[in-house]
Amino acid sequence: MLVTIKYFGMLAELTNCNEETIEFSGSYISELLEVLFLKYSNLKDKPFQVAQNNELVPIKTKLINQEIVLLPPFSGG
Amino acid sequence: MDRYNRHIILSEIGQKGQDKLSKAKVLVVGAGGLGCPVLQYLAAAGVGTIGIIDFDVVEKSNLQRQILFGTSSLGRNKATEAKRKLDDLNDSIKIIAYPEKLTFQNAIQLFNQYDVIVDGTDNFETRYLINDACIITNKKLVFGAIYKFQGQVSVFNYNNGPSYRCAFPNKPKKNAIANCSEVGVLGVLPGIIGTMQANEVLKIILGIGDVLSGKLLCYDALSYQTTILNIKKSENEIQKVLLNKVDFNKQELNNSCKVEDFESSIKEFVILDNVQFIDVRESHEQPKVEGITVTNMPLNSFLEHLDLINSEKKKAVFCESGIRCKMAVFILNKHNIHNCYSIKEGASEINSYIKELQNKGSNER
Repeated sequence: MLVTIKYFGMLAELTNCNEETIEFSGSYISELLEVLFLKYSNLKDKPFQVAQNNELVPIKTKLINQEIVLLPPFSGG
Repeated sequence: MDRYNRHIILSEIGQKGQDKLSKAKVLVVGAGGLGCPVLQYLAAAGVGTIGIIDFDVVEKSNLQRQILFGTSSLGRNKATEAKRKLDDLNDSIKIIAYPEKLTFQNAIQLFNQYDVIVDGTDNFETRYLINDACIITNKKLVFGAIYKFQGQVSVFNYNNGPSYRCAFPNKPKKNAIANCSEVGVLGVLPGIIGTMQANEVLKIILGIGDVLSGKLLCYDALSYQTTILNIKKSENEIQKVLLNKVDFNKQELNNSCKVEDFESSIKEFVILDNVQFIDVRESHEQPKVEGITVTNMPLNSFLEHLDLINSEKKKAVFCESGIRCKMAVFILNKHNIHNCYSIKEGASEINSYIKELQNKGSNER
């Protein structure tokens, strides 16, 4: 299926895009991340959380939505 | 009550709501980009007691976004300088400045004196410290954080709601993410996010509207895209903090922009050769220290005199009570000048110690 991934904060700089749509055949968010780690080698070292259906979820969650947000914590103030 | 008329005529607030505000006690941690607008709006709104804790001093590069400060604030402590500005903005409320660092040792006792805590800090170490201290003291936490053109806002620990650790359980490793002093930030962004934080504080105190509890608001200033993500409460994360409660104050901050806190005594220095003594009192302050060579660098114009620092020597910094010299050492460290020590004795004690040494010297002869 086609999955749209939105990148927030510094992750958008790392991937060079605010969002992208990719073809994905796995069933868990963790598997989707493995695909992204292959595509962006630096992504693995970055701290971030994943949101599905506008809810922060653990990466072992089953992928049910076609839109995923990758959200890093911000420290600035 | 002319001052609060525009609040009082709102049916949602009224005199009753305004009284709630004047009875409320809010602590703002960090008087920087986020803290400044938060403080301004809370003081203007008539929040009765406002605490400000910040150890940092105002630098020129802060003025682009830290709107409580001006050119005359340069080199001054942010907490005391913010209080000075806010005392003028609203003289009918109590404002308490703590020109010190928030630590695992002082957080619990400080938080216990307030109803709501506002996080306006700029590093993960302190953010997790604030979150954990709020869990332990059961205080509501109004969170805000920024990166370049984007910001995050939430309310944690509100009526048994989730905490920061429920959203971000893993504290990022040092240097995993740069902060504002290393990356740029659009000046108005902390203004927007800080104002949202002030809004949440007022809503919490007044008991109106939907508080951002269990929700993380993500804002993009370039696109105006606002995404609200739900946060599930993790009992596990909260229990971990509570289980560690007794050892809380034994932890140490591990800041990436670490300050060397070298407090020392004059007795360690006068017999050494390779020492530059620095007096950070203002030029009119008495007594002058005699018997040793002293470089005068008054704290109020400290940054303009950094060229007087001798990089080859140890720096022994003193003042009257041992407080301003700590601030000076902090500034020196921030400018990558190390090997600096704050002298706990004041100028008069230093004088008597030197005299004592000189007398000893002549007696032995």
